This record gives sequence, structure tokens and C-alpha cells, in this order.
Amino acid sequence: MNWISNYVRPKINSLFSRREMPENLWTKCPECGTMLFHRELSDNLNVCTSCDHHLPISPRDRFATFFDGGIYTEVPVPEPLADPLAFRDQKKYPDRLRSAQKATAEKEAMLVAEGEIGRTPIVAACQDFGFMAGSMGMYVGNAIIAAAERAVERRRPLVLFSAAGGARMQEGILSLMQMPRTTVAVQMLREAGLPYIVVLTHPTTGGVTASYAMLGDVQIAEPNALICFAGPRVIEQTIREKLPEGFQRAEYLLDHGMLDRVTHRQKLREEIIIILRMLLRMPPPVAADLPAPKPVHHEPVAPASAETTPEAPAPAEAAPEAPQTPEPK
Amino acid sequence: MTYLEFEKPLAEIEGKAEELRALARKTPGMDVDKEASALDKKAADMLRELYKGLTPWRKCQVARHPDRPHCKDYIEALFTDFTPLAGDRNFADDHAVMGGLARLSDRPVVVIGHEKGHDTRTRIERNFGMARPEGYRKAIRLMDMADRFNLPVITLVDTPGAYPGKGAEERGQAEAIARSTEKCLELGVPLVSVVIGEGGSGGAVAFATANRVAMLEHSVYSVISPEGCASILWKDSDKMREAAEALRLTAQDLLKLGVIDRIIPEPLGGAQRGREDTIAAVGREIEALLRQFDGKDRATLKAERRRKFLKMGAQGLAA
Repeated sequence: MNWISNYVRPKINSLFSRREMPENLWTKCPECGTMLFHRELSDNLNVCTSCDHHLPISPRDRFATFFDGGIYTEVPVPEPLADPLAFRDQKKYPDRLRSAQKATAEKEAMLVAEGEIGRTPIVAACQDFGFMAGSMGMYVGNAIIAAAERAVERRRPLVLFSAAGGARMQEGILSLMQMPRTTVAVQMLREAGLPYIVVLTHPTTGGVTASYAMLGDVQIAEPNALICFAGPRVIEQTIREKLPEGFQRAEYLLDHGMLDRVTHRQKLREEIIIILRMLLRMPPPVAADLPAPKPVHHEPVAPASAETTPEAPAPAEAAPEAPQTPEPK
Repeated sequence: MTYLEFEKPLAEIEGKAEELRALARKTPGMDVDKEASALDKKAADMLRELYKGLTPWRKCQVARHPDRPHCKDYIEALFTDFTPLAGDRNFADDHAVMGGLARLSDRPVVVIGHEKGHDTRTRIERNFGMARPEGYRKAIRLMDMADRFNLPVITLVDTPGAYPGKGAEERGQAEAIARSTEKCLELGVPLVSVVIGEGGSGGAVAFATANRVAMLEHSVYSVISPEGCASILWKDSDKMREAAEALRLTAQDLLKLGVIDRIIPEPLGGAQRGREDTIAAVGREIEALLRQFDGKDRATLKAERRRKFLKMGAQGLAA
């Protein structure tokens, strides 16, 4: 240590650190390890620019590029009973909820909106894996029912993006009861003759897969998304053998006849517009008619401060190993 | 008689009484009646004490008791003309799910249930009551048939959960469960469900999305097993007692939550200590529940079932 490292370096360091430089400007691709700049990543819909790996995307970011011009209105979701079981594990359930709300700046694990895509009016619902692993509790159930009711009321199709570790254990049996409840929502759409398109995103597991996420008229998945009922680790423990490469991934399910399509996130919007307009017997979309969606750049949500680091999501019935902890956004 | 871990002290007393009687049989003229009946009384008191306030974890153990009557026992005892119908017309017949046409007090019905098996051979054959997609697809097919011929459907739920296997996943376990739940909600005939042992997660919901759900007094019904929940939330699978407590999986809690409609009392010491009585009580309850739907038309049956599930979650448990 000499005077230069004692004096000059701290000076230089403080010069940089004094500027507002949240550390989450760079995200490391979990697949190929490339460091991705946040602007570049969000311009590419959170898909790695070097290996095409699909990183998680928040419902708001997804809607901002999904709806025409990023314009949509939220559909209100009836508030469920708070903490119906007075559930407590190592932490109280309301505390877990609060820290998830703080970390995501969202109220719960699903966002419902209405708007237009390619001038086609739709209702859309998007599950937020960043919020307690997207787990399905009463709020998510209410959100799907609200989405279906709004779709029926306005005679619009429903597009649903799923992402969840499974049912929310902290709501016990009532989370399990969301399986029949959300199935009723799907039946409402069917009886009204309205298309229901499911986009399965990474990961969709457990009771979510075993209810509304598998009941779409058209089932599309994002590349390499894990889609399963029981997670790979549970299966490996049961059968005591290694599972094949790519098991339970979108492409594997496509091969096994469980999906209609696997579609890159960049192409999803266009594909859904084309499919919906056919199912609705509308004229084909005219390219010139479609305003290029202007990406709306939200300032990154202030990163959770040190003491409120978002906890690891605690999800899932059948698939406890719901993959990686979501990156704080 | 298989004793559960918490019944060990009882096993000792009952064992002693049995020993004493065996000794008396071998030694003519020896009178042990007094001592033996004193031991019997002690055992009976202890049994009452043990089963008075079973903790949720103990209820899980009772619900899984190997000597508890299983689906096959109920079907054989309660129904006549039972004609098992096999296969999903797609891939295979799943022996974890049994089902077919039968008569309940002369009334033709379709009965479907999870069967766990009662010894090593049958347990393996039945895959411990863990169904594969074929099992759910067989159930869907049978429910469809019931619907077409206007027969009520009775389901008996007793499963640790759907089978987490490679083939099961490849053949669409999630989709099969989703469609089975969906089929339950489409039926224009009465659907009555009884949880006779374990109601394990999605594998149970696929059968129990019913107009009426009854549970045996010591059966359990949960989104996840206590062991599974403990290993995820407590990061320690030995915390299953705490998890069982927190999950509120007992028939008593589920009735308060409005998730089930009826509790069927079990004999003292659980269904395994009074199999005939338990089976008869379940039979009476099913008939009583079915009678509630006499004269209701198809649209009403379906609409009421849906409304029931849409409303669920309106009442919580006061802490």
C-alpha cells in the first residue's frame, strides 16, 4: 500500500459510485454466462442476445410490448380473504406476502389487463414468477375468474401467460381448490365460444399445469420452458435414475404431443394475432395496419434494499425445485 | 393388527392381556379373567384417550394405516353387480384406479376410486394408489358414460398423489388431471365423493370436484403431503408435524373452511379397528347424499356444482 492506492483509488471509486449506479444494470445469462446490459436485454424482451435463452419477464414488461403501443388497462381482481389459514412456517404468511410485494412492487402473482393486439381486442392475464414463484392461491384464482368474466362480458378472447412453481402451500387446501375454480373459468370461455390461448412460460409446474394452463384451445410454449406436473428432482428420487436431456422442456412436450407450438418470445405476439383473428373469423391482419409497438421503458424498479432482499420463492406442491430464484429486477 | 408409532403403549397392554389369556388357555384351572379384563379396560381407556384429540400428524398416520378399508373393500361390501370396466382406450389400464358399473341398493351407478392394495404384491400392482394419466383418462371415460346414461357417479378418494414417474409425465399427467377435474365439472348427473383415507393433492381433486364431498373422521385432504411441505418451507422433512398442523388438512378444519360438506364418524380407534362399521357408515352417507339430488335436472346439478367451487374460499379459519 502506498499513498497512491490509499488516496487516489478511493477518490476514483467514489467518483463512480456516487453516480446512481444500481448494480442491476447488468444481468448474467444463466444459460451462457454472457453479461447483458439491461437496455439491450429489455429491448430484446428479456431474451439473451447471444444464446436466445428466455429469461423471466414481469407481467408489466410483457404487456408493455404485447399490447398495441404498450397501451392496456388493468382489470380489477376481487380481493380474497387474507391469510385464511393463519399459516405460519418459519415465517408468517402475511410477512412473506409483504416482502414479495416489496420486492416486485406488485400486489400479487397475476396481472389481468385488456387492450388490443394488432387491433384485435383481447383480455390477457400474466402470472408473475417473481412473486412467490408465481404460486397459485386465491388471488390468482380470482384473477383468472375475473379475466374470464371480463372476456365473456366484452366478447373477447383470453390470452394467458402461465409461470408458476405450483399451488401456494400457505393457503393449504384453498390453493388446491383453485384447480376446479380456474377450470370453471375456462369453461365459461368455452361456453361463450371464445378462444382461450395459453402461453406456457418457464417454469409452469404442479397444480397450475394440472388445471387452467393445460386447458387452452391452443397451447403455445416459450422455448426451453420447464413444463411439468411433478418436477424433475421428485421424479429422479422416485425412479432412481437420471432423466434424459431436455426432459419436461417445451420441445420435449411438443415431441410428445402435449403442445401445439413452441414459439420464440419475439414472434409470440404476431403468432397470437394471426391465430386469434382466424379463430374469431376476422380478416387477416394487415401489416401496415399494425403500429409497431413502442417499447415503453419503465425505469427499473428500485432494487430491493439490502434488508429486503427478495427471499427465495417458496412455491409448489409437486415441483419444489422450481428452477432458479428470479433475478431481482 | 398393525400398531402405529403413537399406539406403542397400547400395543404393550393389549399384548400383555393376550399373553395372559394364552397362558390361561394352556394351564387348566387358572383364572385370569379379572386381571385380563382389568388390562382390557386399561387398553380401552388408553385408546379413547389417544383418539380423543388426534393431532393432524397422527391423523395422517391413521389415514395411511395399512389395515384401513380401501376402495376395493367398500365396493365389494356396499355395491352389487359390480362390473369393473378397464382401460383408457389409449395406452393402458391403470390398476391404481378401479371403476365400473355397480348397483347401490339396486340403483345403478358408476363408481370410481383409488385402490392402494393390501399386501406387498397388490400394493405394487396398484402402484400404492398413485395413478398415472391412464387412470385419470379411464375415470374420464367412465364419467362420460355415466353422464350419457344418466347414472350418478360415486368416487372414493384414497391416494398419496398422482404418480411422479417419467412415463406418467411424458404421457401428460398434468393434462389428464386437468381434464378429469374438468369432466367432474361438466357432469349433468350427481357426483358424490368420499375421502376414505388420503386425499393427496391434484390426484385427489381430479376425482373430488363433486356436488358433495364427505370425509371420514380421520382422513386427510391436502395440497401437499406434510413431509413435502416441511422439506420445502422448513427445509427439513422431519418437521412434518409442524407442517401437518399448518396445512389444516383434517376433516374437521376442512368442514369449517367449507371445502367439504360432511364428516363420517369412525369407530373408536379408527376405521382399521371397525372395518365393517366404517364401511356401513360410508354406505349410509353416500345414499343420504345421493337422495339430496333426487328430482334435480341436469342443468341445476352442473350449475350448483360450479357455484359451490366458485364460492369456495369465502370463509377462513379464525386463528
